[in-house]
Amino acid sequence: MMTAIPSGNNRQTTVEAWKDPSQEPYIRLENVTKKFGDFTAVDNISLDIFKSEFFSLLGPSGCGKTTLLRMLAGFEQPTSGRILLDGEDMSKVPPYLRPVNMMFQSYALFPHMNVEKNIAFGLKQDGVPSPEIKTRVDEVISMVQLEQFAKRKPHQLSGGQRQRVALARSLVKKPKMLLLDEPLGALDKKLRTRTQFELMNIQEETGITFVIVTHDQEEAMTVSSRIAVMDHGRIIQTATPTEIYEVPNSRYVANFLGEVNIFEGRVAENARDHVLIQSQEAGCTIRADHGIDAADGATVWVAVRPEKMYINLEAPDDPNTNCMTGQVWDIGYLGNLSIYHIKLDSGTMVTMARTNKERVVERKITWDDRVYVTWAPDAGVVLLS
Amino acid sequence: MRKGLSPFNIVSLVMGFSFLYLPILLLVLFSFNESKLVTVWGGFSTKWYGEMIRNEGLMDAAWMTLKIAVVSSTFATILGTIAGLVMVRFGSFRGRLLFSGMIYAPLVMPEVITGLSLLLMFVAISLDRGFLTITIAHITFSMCYVAVVVQSRMVTFDQSIEEAALDLGCPPMRTFFTVTLPIIMPAVVSGWLLSFTLSLDDLVIASFTSGPGSTTLPMKIYSSVRLGVTPEINAISTILVGLVTVGVLVASYVSRRQTLIRQRDERLAAAEAT
Amino acid sequence: MVDSTQFISGAIAQTGRIAGLHARLMLIPPYRWLANLRPLPIGRTLLFALILFFAAWSLPGLWPLWLVLAILLAGVAVTGRGAVIALPYAWLLAFFLSPFLIVLKISFAEIASAIPPYTPLFEILWDMEIEEAYLSVKLNIYNYLFLLEDDLYINSYLSSLQIASVSTFLTLLVGYPIAYGMVRAPVQYRTMLLMMVILPFWTSFLIRVYAWIGILKKEGLLNLALMSTGIIDEPLTILNTDTAVYIGIIYSYLPFMVLPLYATLEKMDESLLEAAADLGCHPLKAFWVVTLPLSLPGIVAGCFLVFIPAVGEFVIPDLLGGSETIMIGKTLWAEFFNNRDWPVSSAVAVILLLLLIVPIVAFQRMQENNAKKEA
Repeated sequence: MMTAIPSGNNRQTTVEAWKDPSQEPYIRLENVTKKFGDFTAVDNISLDIFKSEFFSLLGPSGCGKTTLLRMLAGFEQPTSGRILLDGEDMSKVPPYLRPVNMMFQSYALFPHMNVEKNIAFGLKQDGVPSPEIKTRVDEVISMVQLEQFAKRKPHQLSGGQRQRVALARSLVKKPKMLLLDEPLGALDKKLRTRTQFELMNIQEETGITFVIVTHDQEEAMTVSSRIAVMDHGRIIQTATPTEIYEVPNSRYVANFLGEVNIFEGRVAENARDHVLIQSQEAGCTIRADHGIDAADGATVWVAVRPEKMYINLEAPDDPNTNCMTGQVWDIGYLGNLSIYHIKLDSGTMVTMARTNKERVVERKITWDDRVYVTWAPDAGVVLLS
Repeated sequence: MRKGLSPFNIVSLVMGFSFLYLPILLLVLFSFNESKLVTVWGGFSTKWYGEMIRNEGLMDAAWMTLKIAVVSSTFATILGTIAGLVMVRFGSFRGRLLFSGMIYAPLVMPEVITGLSLLLMFVAISLDRGFLTITIAHITFSMCYVAVVVQSRMVTFDQSIEEAALDLGCPPMRTFFTVTLPIIMPAVVSGWLLSFTLSLDDLVIASFTSGPGSTTLPMKIYSSVRLGVTPEINAISTILVGLVTVGVLVASYVSRRQTLIRQRDERLAAAEAT
Repeated sequence: MVDSTQFISGAIAQTGRIAGLHARLMLIPPYRWLANLRPLPIGRTLLFALILFFAAWSLPGLWPLWLVLAILLAGVAVTGRGAVIALPYAWLLAFFLSPFLIVLKISFAEIASAIPPYTPLFEILWDMEIEEAYLSVKLNIYNYLFLLEDDLYINSYLSSLQIASVSTFLTLLVGYPIAYGMVRAPVQYRTMLLMMVILPFWTSFLIRVYAWIGILKKEGLLNLALMSTGIIDEPLTILNTDTAVYIGIIYSYLPFMVLPLYATLEKMDESLLEAAADLGCHPLKAFWVVTLPLSLPGIVAGCFLVFIPAVGEFVIPDLLGGSETIMIGKTLWAEFFNNRDWPVSSAVAVILLLLLIVPIVAFQRMQENNAKKEA
């Protein structure tokens, strides 16, 4: 495997607790399965989440991520398996006795209470004395910068402000774990990007373990210390954002996060430090600079990200560089990037991206040009499934 | 293209609403008629209202009806709210089909059947007929209306609000009283008003389930209507219609005002944010 | 944006004093037993409630015992959702469903000059010869045979069905243009128009029927108006005929037809009509091929809401109809209050219920589906 893959975004978790066998997981899911009638929403998931992680559950809608989150909150009971929080079995504990709080997708603010009352609600349930409630509510209100809105009711707030109230309400109880169900889904793109960084700051400074559900891969990449990619009730891969993007373990994960070109082929030569793959789709022999666990002749797939490919009018010099030939089929200009669609001589369509470092006045490579598409042997990943 | 009214639409609306309102307006008008003849206008007078107040039988019946209406609508609201909650929030449970059947059937069940069956049941358990039996009967059919009203409010509100309360440490029962009930309150109130008017209005079921000495106002009105139209009945009808109209208008004014304020607030909040 | 030095100063608190207390109390056995007591499942709660109800019914003298047992049952069930369901469920079982069973039972009894005026169905008799008690069951189907033999009843059923279906159709004809007009009215007037349709529903049914007597009778306002404008010379006889019954039913049940129609028409996507026009469909034809089929759910709901109660209607045929207007509600009323024949009136009710069971069940299923769709 590649070495020196940088870890998640989170400064606190650069310790990488999940790689340290002596660390006790904070939340442990043991063979958790949830069925609704015949439908299996969550299928035998085992997962460890460590203290102060910012953990993302990522997947398309209907993959079971929300069900998993709702089981952590206590709204659904696992059909089988156990959920341990800080060593305690949570399966039989009802939601109102769990030291876990949730930020709902719809925010679920109480429409008949103002901002202050909404935030104080959870503390009141625990019988916290009112002077303490006051100070703690004031603290979080200033933390989310809603001081001048404290007396307003939810319908008198904008979407972004409601989102902050919901966050403050779930934070004020200082839960052991904060669950966020698509927390930024209702915000527009600009506000969402800003709020992602605010969320990360809050998480770092409070040290609360965050578990977030999202279908937005960019959001998951930005905020998480680790991501679990889910599909059909199963976790396909759990890793840091960088690993997930650079070293996906399957075509599903590679496809789900970002654009990727995938070439099917057969193993021609499998050495300790490299592998050669005969690929009809690529129309050449592909070299990858890492060993794989597969026999000669086995079918494998090579995944290459569009931005890791180069496009040239001349053939490369280095014989180790992977090289395919084709014709420019289409060019999409995105401003910062240009996307090239190239039809290879084998018939396969390849997508590649070029950063527009200079102002585009006249393209050097344009429609219908014969081109060489190249990428370095360490730029692609060989996938076994 | 559906915007705006065609002449056909205007005609059908005008005719439709005249059909709905003309009879009631005429009834109200003739309650102020000096003459005893309903069709001959003998000048404006309120003498029939005086007659009505002096009619002890009528006043006793009105008082009885009011008592029954208050008690039955209160109990019907409690039971109906719970039933509406069960229908929406309790998912599937054994006997749910029967339950929903018993909620919807009374809405369309012919009153003679309901009345007869309740009477036979009261006789079978030898419960003396009177205030209590009429009240029980009224609770039974009104609670179904309340359940339907509450149910339609419950399905439109976001269940995650209740989950948020649970999540913040509020036990289920307390969640109902502190979160759910305040939100569905408008539906509960209109459920109460609806059962109140249904109880005020009921003739058939009350006739079956009442006993000697427990005559309700509709029964009184019915027996005098059978003898012919009298301005006195017009007078009491006018008062009933007036009360209900004022009640409904006030309620709709209040709710409309709240909606307007709410919309204004939402616009302000959105404008502020940009 | 974050100034959270204060916030983190408290470290991460053990959330929830209640949770903490709960955890500590769990160490004490009685609390643990109580907390671990699983709430009674709904099925069993209902079963016990039903047993209790019938026990109390058959032996009302022991009411303190039943009261204590009921409180205990509620107490056990209250920890769960059982009690919440049980309360309205038990009420409806006791006062809606079980009365029907009693009606069914009495419809098999014989009229007797006793209090109550019918013979018991089950009797425990003492046989003198073999000195044993035995249960005598007398099922008297004569009431039902009587209904079949006497033309009055069959005619009542048939004419009720006929009057109800015709007036349902007429109500639809009157109600559809109103609902359609309401939908096309500018948005700011719609709420008011809706209120105006609902308002008559809140005012007394009896009074609204009564209002028509003054209008329809021979020397009534309608004849007065028609004669003074010279349209007719002789007063029309409308009151105490079937026509008056039709008018009464249409008038009283109109809101029940308009409301569901309005609800479905309002939900209809108006771009559908634009699409139809774009594809070359004349507006009148678009109404037939687009609007009408799409409003079918509303039409069906409205028809159920009018038809079912109209079949058993009593007040309207009694006050507006004549002696030749026979409807089953009137017949049942007369059988019960005038002839005081409880068994026969029970049999009449049973047959009426059997006639209506199919539309009622269909109506219930439609309501259930609608509720599910909205949720």
